Amino acid sequence: MAGFGGFEMPIQYAGIVSEHEACRGGAVLFDTCHMGEFLIEGAGAVADLEGLVSCTVASLAEGQCRYGMLCNEQGGVIDDLLVYRLGAERFMLVVNAGTQAGDAAWIRSHLGPTTRFTNRSDDTAKVDLQGPQAPQIVQALLGDAIVGLKYYRFVQTIYKGDPVLLSRTGYTGEVGVELYAAPDQAIAFWHEAMAAGAVPAGLGARDTLRLEAGMPLYGHELTTERHASESGFARALAQDKTYIGSTVVQDEAQRRQALIGLTFEGRRAAREGDLICDGHGREVGVVTSGSYGPSVGSAIALGYVDKTLTEVGTPLMVRTARSELSGVVSELPFWKEGTARKRPPSWQENGGDTSSYT
Amino acid sequence: MSMDDRKYAKSHEWAKMDGAVVVVGISDHAQQELGDITFVELPAVGDTVAAGGECGVIESVKAASDLYAPVGGEVVEVNMALEDAPELINQDAFEAGWIMKLKPADVAELDSLMSAEEYDALM
Repeated sequence: MAGFGGFEMPIQYAGIVSEHEACRGGAVLFDTCHMGEFLIEGAGAVADLEGLVSCTVASLAEGQCRYGMLCNEQGGVIDDLLVYRLGAERFMLVVNAGTQAGDAAWIRSHLGPTTRFTNRSDDTAKVDLQGPQAPQIVQALLGDAIVGLKYYRFVQTIYKGDPVLLSRTGYTGEVGVELYAAPDQAIAFWHEAMAAGAVPAGLGARDTLRLEAGMPLYGHELTTERHASESGFARALAQDKTYIGSTVVQDEAQRRQALIGLTFEGRRAAREGDLICDGHGREVGVVTSGSYGPSVGSAIALGYVDKTLTEVGTPLMVRTARSELSGVVSELPFWKEGTARKRPPSWQENGGDTSSYT
Repeated sequence: MSMDDRKYAKSHEWAKMDGAVVVVGISDHAQQELGDITFVELPAVGDTVAAGGECGVIESVKAASDLYAPVGGEVVEVNMALEDAPELINQDAFEAGWIMKLKPADVAELDSLMSAEEYDALM
């Protein structure tokens, strides 16, 4: 167990690697109740959110969600989040646990007088079911409401007599859902999904899975000290609108470094804070996350380097506490066989289309 | 429970006499604490190590830890199977997951190590 964002959370249940592999080949459950959920409602909600978050909000359809960032005036990242469009003037924001209180204060201070803010974090439970077996487990538990659901779309349906929200999203690179529900329903879902073959997974596997998927972890790849644009998550950063921090984020001249993936020859891992050097031994950046990648089969890392060194194949050296590791700049995601965007085989006959990522 | 056919160092290595050599590994308790082991840096055959000296690194998904020689001597063999299968230490810390064999400089150094009972009492 470990403290995480004010919660006591398990690092592992059976073991990090076995949980990781269960997600790539079967289905795993993550207890993500620590995440924060805010409701933003009212005639001014769209305009207020457009001014707050880095992704475009107005073009979201009802039933669609989008990844974005909350930036400060300097373009630093206050948090990364998902924006769910529940209705024409009704949105849910899903934020990180450690940043939740600060996010709430920041958002409230930037909403117009007619926009209502409700913090639903304490009475919203959240469970992520992820892995190639996840779609059929969800179907067995909740029926066909999810069949045909595209990536980054959600449905509101009934489970155990009460409403739940299920989105086809996740943090592993595999197909799956995130379930938002009342605590009793989430507990029932957890037990029923386990009975159907899913295994619980902890923060350790969550980290190796998201790292292989090339996804950022707030506090590591994303911080208030670094411009959002350096992260390279261009899809999350609208170019054609104004939001807090956008003048910095959209100014290419202010982007000095860029996030890269590094793959190493062996299994030995670089760790957060290790320095990245070029062929001449000159410091050019720093590792933000690093681990052995169980599915990739070698050590991998995310880090920031001078933006001139981001070409795939560029050899770089990482200085760890114990040795120097040779790595090369690699395409993200590291794990290329992820099922997140693929049509689940059990949906074929229903014609579920998963071609879009918005 | 640790096996009582060998001795233990406070730094969680075990040492077992096998003919003229001392076989070295880490305890089952240590592998459990480390979690899934992903990499082992082995010493080179021919290296001379001192009792208590650093002689390798064991990395798990969670962290990296140094390996210390429980007794001094010359490294005469290392477990090459660990290069591709470091998880052998998780699966069988006391047998298949052995790490190195030493020609001991002074067999009496084994006497200063703990018994299984003493080691388990510390955990």
